[in-house]
Amino acid sequence: MTNTNWQSYGGETTMSHLSQMLGLTVQNFVSAASGIAIAVAVSRAFARSGVDRIGNFWIDLTRATLYVLLPLAIVVALAFAALGLPQTLTGSVSATTLEGANQTIAMGPMASQEAIKQLGTNGGGFMNVNAAHPFENPSAFSNYLAIFSMLSISATVVYTFGQIAGRRRQAWALLSAMTILLVIGIGAIYWAETAGNPIHVAAGLDPALGNMEGKEVRFGQAMTALYAAVTTGLSNGGVNAMHSSLTPLGGLVPLFLIQLGEVLPGGVGSGLYGLVVFAILTVFVAGLMVGRTPEFLGKKIEAREMKLAMLAVLILPLAILGFSAVAAVIPAGLAGPTNAGPHGLTEILYAYSSAAGNNGSAFAGLSANSPWYNTTLGLAMLAGRFAYIVPVLAIAGSLARKAKVPPSSGTFPTDGPLFVGLLVGIILILGGLQFFPALALGPILEHVLMLAGQTF
Amino acid sequence: MLIAQIRPALVLLILFSLVTGLIYPLAITGVAQAAFPVQANGSLVSRDGAIVGSELIGQSFVGDGYFHPRPSAVGYDAAGSGGTNLGATSATLAEVIAARVSALSDGEAVPADAATASGSGLDPHISPAFAQVQVGRVAQARGLEAGQLAGLVARHAQQPLFGIFGEPRVNVLELNLALDDLEADSN
Repeated sequence: MTNTNWQSYGGETTMSHLSQMLGLTVQNFVSAASGIAIAVAVSRAFARSGVDRIGNFWIDLTRATLYVLLPLAIVVALAFAALGLPQTLTGSVSATTLEGANQTIAMGPMASQEAIKQLGTNGGGFMNVNAAHPFENPSAFSNYLAIFSMLSISATVVYTFGQIAGRRRQAWALLSAMTILLVIGIGAIYWAETAGNPIHVAAGLDPALGNMEGKEVRFGQAMTALYAAVTTGLSNGGVNAMHSSLTPLGGLVPLFLIQLGEVLPGGVGSGLYGLVVFAILTVFVAGLMVGRTPEFLGKKIEAREMKLAMLAVLILPLAILGFSAVAAVIPAGLAGPTNAGPHGLTEILYAYSSAAGNNGSAFAGLSANSPWYNTTLGLAMLAGRFAYIVPVLAIAGSLARKAKVPPSSGTFPTDGPLFVGLLVGIILILGGLQFFPALALGPILEHVLMLAGQTF
Repeated sequence: MLIAQIRPALVLLILFSLVTGLIYPLAITGVAQAAFPVQANGSLVSRDGAIVGSELIGQSFVGDGYFHPRPSAVGYDAAGSGGTNLGATSATLAEVIAARVSALSDGEAVPADAATASGSGLDPHISPAFAQVQVGRVAQARGLEAGQLAGLVARHAQQPLFGIFGEPRVNVLELNLALDDLEADSN
């Protein structure tokens, strides 16, 4: 959440670049590698039976860092540098503009950090405005490369899961469900942003370009929509436009994608285990319909796994809605939002969603740097991360001990279109029903008021 | 048991700090400086030996004789980027936009990028439409023909690569440098 108030590192000395590299870059590598290690552990739980061990974390961590992340990061970092991201140990350059004014241009070793930030879906920017900054994201190409890098590991981890568990078709089914939801999200943001803001059109803007507040000309609506959906679907949290200035419905989509648990396809590793939780819920619901014990990848899903899965799913709404509800009534919480009216509530909701979902993107209008927000956002972050991982790993451990049952005629196939459809439904309904009342009072109400021309 | 867990954690922390925290960024810096010296140093633009800015970073222009960039929430401070973060129903934003529109036109609608602040506050581009809106003012201030300037703008408008990668746009610094050259040639 610190990136609500992240300052540009401009003007810092080489020493600070050193701490940036030793602190943030290392952290970016290791947290991504931990995500991969946990995803691999979950995958093994489905592949093995009758065992109480699912691999050595340290070996997985080292392999993920040295054999996967580092080689990819080198290629992507050099490509970024070619596209215009600075990669220098100089802190800043002084320029005299054509009109004679002085401009201090901050830079640093940005390409190397941007590469691992995107590959590891960490999202923390070098500059204050993250990937909206022309140095972090100078062109359409760098924007596509950033999105490609974000997807390259978090989506392929799903395939790895299929490979390890010996069910490649299952991986494709999970990826299809992710893709369907992500494409709907991108389309919805694009539609809302090109439709623009009638209040601003009334103030004299030509509606042709759509809503341009908080956006960059080089990205326009299409690449902004793409980035906003992918960064929230993937738990990346970098932004290439100011989400707080999106139209109400355009801002609702990223908020909702975070609240769904960032499973589209989620952060490196974390998205996979989130999706496995949803898959277990789906086979359970399907099992209820036909009155049969649910199975997922040959493992029987029983009461213990179901309780753990529900526990995992309930942690996000508890952290997000619980803290938001309190913040929306106490003075310390109400002091935060910059914008009045329903947009203020959206700012609060977005902050807790982003913290609990470990996204890190922000409706940056919220001044989160107060004792109340620092403490509660930190708690939400811990709950969303660790209180979520523990039940997931407990499910993995419990499944690893179980024997595989051969599929019978009564087994519900979990790699066909029917399962994909059910999974999409379960993700939307679980997410939708839990958060819909809060969303109705925030972005949806703001959309209606915007159409009516009401300002605050 | 505990020590057996802590030892590999410490060893790996030191190893990863060296490899990913020092060797990786320094090696990338070395290769990038050798292979892409212009980009790696911030795509700086010089005129007569002096650095006038970066091709990628917008800068402030206020005089009538130059094309103006988009409004910026941070006054084109290239060491402190930022947007307004104002929402769609913000009264402040609606008032600011109305004021900018009336400064630019007599009742006609203006391109959206002309009256809204960018996300970074450092947007180096404007839409070709916003550049055309300014042609009259710049031509008058410089004593040039509007038709000649409109042609200059059209030549500097960058189109999306292959028609899909990017948006039509004009780099303001590049356009203003060309404008100064144009005048130098005609003198």
